[in-house]
Amino acid sequence: MRTFLYILTFMSVIGLAFWAYHENYKTQEALADVQDLRRDIGAHRERLAVLRAEWAFLNRPERLRDLAELNFPRLELMPFLPEQFGRVDQISYPAPPIIEFTDPIDLSSEGGQRP
Amino acid sequence: MIRTPLRPLARILEARQKGENPDAIERENLRIRHEQMRDTARVRAEGRLLVLGVAFFCAFAITGARMATLAASEPAEPRAHTQGASIVSSRADIVDRKGRILATNMDTYSLYAHPQQMIEPERAAQALAGIFPDLDEARLLRDFTGNRKFVWVRKKLSPEQKQAVHDIGEPGLLFGPREMRLYPNGTLAAHVMGGTRFGQEGVHSAEVVGSAGIERYFDALLRDPAREGAPLALSLDLTVQAAVERVLASGMMLMNAKGAAAVLMDVHTGEVVSIASLPTFDPNDRPMPPVTGSPADSPLFNRAVQGVYELGSTFKIFTAAQAMDLGLVAPETQIDTKPPMRVGGFNIGEFRNKNYGTLSIEEIIIHSSNRGTAKLALQIGNERQQDFLRKLGFFEPTPVEITEAQGGQPLLPKTWTDLSSVTISYGHGLSSSPLHLAAGYSAIANGGYAVKPTLLRQPGPQYGPRVMSERAAERSRVMLRKVVTEGTASFGEVKGYQVGGKTGTADKPRERGGGYYDDKVIATFATIFPAHAPEYVLVVTLDEPVDTMGEKPRRTAGWTAVPVAAEMIGRIAPLLGLRPDYGVPDPIHLASD
Repeated sequence: MRTFLYILTFMSVIGLAFWAYHENYKTQEALADVQDLRRDIGAHRERLAVLRAEWAFLNRPERLRDLAELNFPRLELMPFLPEQFGRVDQISYPAPPIIEFTDPIDLSSEGGQRP
Repeated sequence: MIRTPLRPLARILEARQKGENPDAIERENLRIRHEQMRDTARVRAEGRLLVLGVAFFCAFAITGARMATLAASEPAEPRAHTQGASIVSSRADIVDRKGRILATNMDTYSLYAHPQQMIEPERAAQALAGIFPDLDEARLLRDFTGNRKFVWVRKKLSPEQKQAVHDIGEPGLLFGPREMRLYPNGTLAAHVMGGTRFGQEGVHSAEVVGSAGIERYFDALLRDPAREGAPLALSLDLTVQAAVERVLASGMMLMNAKGAAAVLMDVHTGEVVSIASLPTFDPNDRPMPPVTGSPADSPLFNRAVQGVYELGSTFKIFTAAQAMDLGLVAPETQIDTKPPMRVGGFNIGEFRNKNYGTLSIEEIIIHSSNRGTAKLALQIGNERQQDFLRKLGFFEPTPVEITEAQGGQPLLPKTWTDLSSVTISYGHGLSSSPLHLAAGYSAIANGGYAVKPTLLRQPGPQYGPRVMSERAAERSRVMLRKVVTEGTASFGEVKGYQVGGKTGTADKPRERGGGYYDDKVIATFATIFPAHAPEYVLVVTLDEPVDTMGEKPRRTAGWTAVPVAAEMIGRIAPLLGLRPDYGVPDPIHLASD
């Protein structure tokens, strides 16, 4: 009985050691993954900051103004002026589509027949 | 263990036979036994002490070794921590009220050299001088071939420059990562941004420290890692600021002024939507402060905040508003403005020695009568006038969040005599910044509440204490409107926006004392728009303007600052989302036409 217990303990120690060994490697791998992800996030964040800075640089008012002036013949962009405000009733909305009644009598009588 | 008996029978019997005391044997044996016991105890104690000593030694050695490695190694982020948010170490961005970037960071590289690792110092020095024309080749060579172990070459490199240096192929030239501050809009709002410089510098990183403006005022906040990179939102509006600067620059050029400033402020929240001072500079490459000449002539000088000027007749409305608030007068009250008028031994004169006769309060403002305002000031009295101006903020530097604001300490008379009171009533003898004036006009515009100018975005109206009654403020606004429709600021009319305002033309005091210049003025136009329900206050100040388009050079604000302000309002009001109101056309009137 005692021998059996010894063997059992010994085997479980080997099993646990084996398990711990594997867990250790898995943890190392997960940590490495996390580190890679962190590095990626950092790189992306940096890239985002650069893109934002570039966007801001390309959209600086001075440049847009110069571009508007350069492309004036084509785009005819002017500074926003008070005269450009309008009222809703000044807008000419597209005319509502004309519904063509091909058989008006048929249609009106159809409704009457239904309950 | 075999225990030795204390009284061994054999020895006792032997001792008895010899007639000796057998107790001596027992004592002797007891002594031996005690000695043995003591020896074993000592050995054990010594062993324990040794173990303890070794344990302590190990503990201290491990702690010491760990401390040494921590101190000697580069800091690294912990690999395993569960917390999701990561620390963002870079300086926070600054954005405008709509989230557009005003200041951000860029990664770049610094260049340094380890001369002892250099292979061809002469060639490296020559090549570096070729890449950076501002570097001195002889000096570089001296640094590279001397005893120095470390030389900073450049603090910032562009990617092209970095590649060019890389192509030299010199192993002694090394790059260190740097974070630099970038202002993508260049000179836009330069005086608000201020600028940055490098603080503590190492090879692997350098501190970016604000050196002026809001960068310096909020330095600790911007560098706080706990913000996690959340940007600082200002009250400025990028497009409005650009339009203001553009119009101001062309106005300054047309009016041949040497400087100009403009402040646009929300009258309810105190938010400064735009603040400009010309000439300006590029915060990406902040110039050094001048060592000679007047600091006020440097582009670094913020005329809108630091520049304290006598702002002239723009102050008259405060006098009128206070007199009406105190119930001393009504807009229709008649005041005799005929000469002569002497206060404290000085003659109080009018512009071009005009004589307006008897005027109502309204007409005093419309025609900008000095004597009329002076009489109001005498009625109000010293104490009450001081109290009123103090409440409007004219006694303190403006609380706006840039370091330069502290430099804008208004210049007050040392002793407030009747004469001071009279001259201050029409804007002389008290120097304040255009921003002070904008804050003062805001109180009239928002119905009588003092507001504090701020550069940070506000969630809603930020009214301070009431400084005048709603009625007095409303009557003052009517007067300001009439100045534009009937008075000195007729060029200020912008169709649809009911501009109200007051002009001010103040002679510049001579720098070395002794009176005023005859041909140098500060022309100011302080406006509120739309006058019936004001949203914004705009103050435009031109330094030494002269309009040479007419026959005679004209310097008054009505000819210089007013047209510039009107053009500005026409440009910025639509951008601010203000809808022009042309009034409802009367159908009957139209039919009769």
